[in-house]
Amino acid sequence: MYAQMVETGVKQVKALDDMSPEERAFQEKVDAEIKIEPKNWMPDAYRKTLIRQVSQHAHSEIVGMLPEGNWVTRAPTFKRKLQLMAKIQDEAGHGLYLYSAMETLGADRDEEVEKLHSGRAKYSSIFNYPTLNWADMGAVGWLVDGAAIVNQVVLQRTSYGPYSRAMIRICKEESFHQRQGYEMLLTMMQQGNDAQKAMVQDAINRLWWPALMMFGPSDADSPNSAQSMAWKIKRHTNDELRQRFIDQTVPQLEILGCSAPDPDLKWNAERGHYDFGEIQWGEFFDVIKGNGPCNRERLETRRNAISDGTWVRQAAVAHANKKKQRAAA
Amino acid sequence: MSEWTLFEVFVRSKHGLNHKHVGSVHAADTDMALENARDLYTRRSEGVSLWIVPSNMITASATDEKEALFDPSDDKVYRHASFYKLPDEVGHM
Ligand SMILES: [Fe+2]
Ligand SMILES: [Fe+2]
Repeated sequence: MYAQMVETGVKQVKALDDMSPEERAFQEKVDAEIKIEPKNWMPDAYRKTLIRQVSQHAHSEIVGMLPEGNWVTRAPTFKRKLQLMAKIQDEAGHGLYLYSAMETLGADRDEEVEKLHSGRAKYSSIFNYPTLNWADMGAVGWLVDGAAIVNQVVLQRTSYGPYSRAMIRICKEESFHQRQGYEMLLTMMQQGNDAQKAMVQDAINRLWWPALMMFGPSDADSPNSAQSMAWKIKRHTNDELRQRFIDQTVPQLEILGCSAPDPDLKWNAERGHYDFGEIQWGEFFDVIKGNGPCNRERLETRRNAISDGTWVRQAAVAHANKKKQRAAA
Repeated sequence: MSEWTLFEVFVRSKHGLNHKHVGSVHAADTDMALENARDLYTRRSEGVSLWIVPSNMITASATDEKEALFDPSDDKVYRHASFYKLPDEVGHM
């Protein structure tokens, strides 16, 4: 998802009887749904995995602002521009809530951001696709934030207290993101001309499959899932959440009067779920490795933001010091 | 950002309520911390007042010492009003 493939460094989940007394007490707390807080003892692998997961999640929120930032100066009305800016500002906030949660695990924010900028840390594959027309702003809100919500709602129950609380805050804000996106598409479909309607379908055609890939590899290709689920830092498998997203999204797609670029998408009454076509996993792993359409551009934009802002940060410190001296004099 | 200070943020959501911890911000000084906290934690009128405190000024009890610290108050049932049984005719007291 926003953290699509998180290494646990653990080959096999340990049984309670094979654990040290500390580790066993920890696992029993997790099993009893008691939150783990920053000062509690925790296994080293749990701490490291969580730092990876929460930082990937935070990086995704931050990089996720870029495809939308592309349209701020070209929004068709002042109302849409204000809405888009408010949504992007929320995403900055989400990144910051998550970096704060990550810091409670003893990680250093600058170090983790540096890992992102040097290509050592991952972020969600979805943000490496370009936003080519205005309808993409609607489709991102509806599909990308929609997929994020499916994942984040279950993470509110994650075992680590600060991560769980960050998720609760984030979920409160996400429904605005999804609704503004969907409403934008509905307006275009119901009041737009043929060219505008075609833009909506084009945006859906391009973003549909990448949105499904947000849930990460299929369960068969998720070797880290078992340990993450035992630690309750992952609460459902990738395939379960992907199915949940598809089931709730197809009726919305029909209300829009649009279609998905998937000839195999159809209701299966026996399963009580929608069947869907094969995901192009080759494309997914390519994007994750850094070879998506926009990976290089996204990281370059982030690196420039940090280096171009150096003088601002230095000036802020100089100004703070001057004020302190003046107050002391 | 390491040259900036980490501040904990407390928000009073309504007049008459206590300030409640909501998270943290990095800032060069307290003025900037207040502004950052406003932008980060009160974008939808979540508060009427903000406190910011440098994180390193907070002394916390260790959660793993919870028993040693808090157990002594568990056996003092006589500190609770419900410990005292009064006849029904006394009514609400
Ligand atoms: Fe977000
Ligand atoms: Fe969002």
